[in-house]
Amino acid sequence: MPGLSTALIALVRRDMRLVVRHPSEVIHPVMFFVIVVALFPFGVGSDPLLLRTIGPGVIWVGALLATLLSLDALFRSDFDDGTLEQMALSGHPLTVLVLGKVFVHWCATGLPLLVVTPLLGGLLGMAGEVQLTLLGALALGTPTLSLIGAVGTALTVGIRRSGLLLTLLVLPLYVPVLIFGASVVLAAEAGLPTVGHFYILGAMMMLALALAPIATSAALRISLN
Amino acid sequence: MLKAQSITCVRGDRLLFQDLNLEVRPGEACQIQGGNGVGKTTLLRTLCGLSLPESGEIFWNDAPIHEDPGKFQSDLVYIGHSNGIKLDLTPKENLIFALTLQSVIPDVSIDDALDRVGLSGSQHLLCRVLSAGQRRRVAIARLYLSRAPLWVLDEPLGAIDAAGVQGIEKAIGTHLDQGGMAILTTHQPLRLQHAPIRAVQLDH
Repeated sequence: MPGLSTALIALVRRDMRLVVRHPSEVIHPVMFFVIVVALFPFGVGSDPLLLRTIGPGVIWVGALLATLLSLDALFRSDFDDGTLEQMALSGHPLTVLVLGKVFVHWCATGLPLLVVTPLLGGLLGMAGEVQLTLLGALALGTPTLSLIGAVGTALTVGIRRSGLLLTLLVLPLYVPVLIFGASVVLAAEAGLPTVGHFYILGAMMMLALALAPIATSAALRISLN
Repeated sequence: MLKAQSITCVRGDRLLFQDLNLEVRPGEACQIQGGNGVGKTTLLRTLCGLSLPESGEIFWNDAPIHEDPGKFQSDLVYIGHSNGIKLDLTPKENLIFALTLQSVIPDVSIDDALDRVGLSGSQHLLCRVLSAGQRRRVAIARLYLSRAPLWVLDEPLGAIDAAGVQGIEKAIGTHLDQGGMAILTTHQPLRLQHAPIRAVQLDH
């Protein structure tokens, strides 16, 4: 379709520009992530062995919650100011435009989580190689979180104060990512092969990449109706 | 030509209108009238294809609009209740994005369009600091940049001052003279020169 790639690039550039003008959208989820993870040593004590055992799970749950907190911003402002209507009427498939928005959302929330993770891994006593595994798992897992979250956000964007409903909808769907994302790090710590876990995380990302935009655009059309 | 054939719209449990027929031909304007809450906005959104009617069918050039939505939407400019502009972008950035999204190469430059809606001095301010009327004018500027034959305008005159209203009336008049079509709602009387306005009354 002529102009689709131009429209997609324009949308990505616009959203990037908005993120730059509103850096709190990037900073708040990362700060939340850092604080949640940093709270655990205070709660469970500073036993290095214990921290190493719970570390991957803590970091993943932190990443999950930080993503969840940032999801509402994905479509809310576009819905409120009418630009979402304009996108729906642009003549371009909403499925593709949605993918652009999710990409920017991941750059603004998923990517910063990856950047601070080495700091938190060090805090929880993870070895260098294990941290690399964790980063790889997060790199495959956080796009999945953004993609799945987009479906839930699109369904609830027409409802005021939808935060809790969004949590109930989305968190159960995050469980598989959490299980494989955390267990791959534990496997790396135990010296076991991790490639199988990575395949599954990659497969989940591909599945989400293929299906989530379709579901999201359908849900947005329902919310606009 | 836009034609709505016996459309019925329901909002929640409430029937807004039923078996409504409407036809707009090139060079014609159609004004939807009725009090608050009778379903004017719903009707406009339905005509654009944003909302689905409970029953009935809408045709654009004798083809149902859901058959080739891309074709229909490229012939359409919709200015809704919300302005469809980002408050953290400047008027110019907003219009550039709107044009790229619609893949439109306009006849007039964006600066000209902003000049016509009286915003030439504010084009580098963020829309956040503009007044409600000025934000509306940014949305209206899309009309000058568009070449789409069908304009669907929901309260285009809201928050606009007397001089601005005259400008919009003139823009609609020119559009109709060139064979365009306009469907709009407004609570203010609209004065169009030598263009017929058909009124459609919605009741409770």
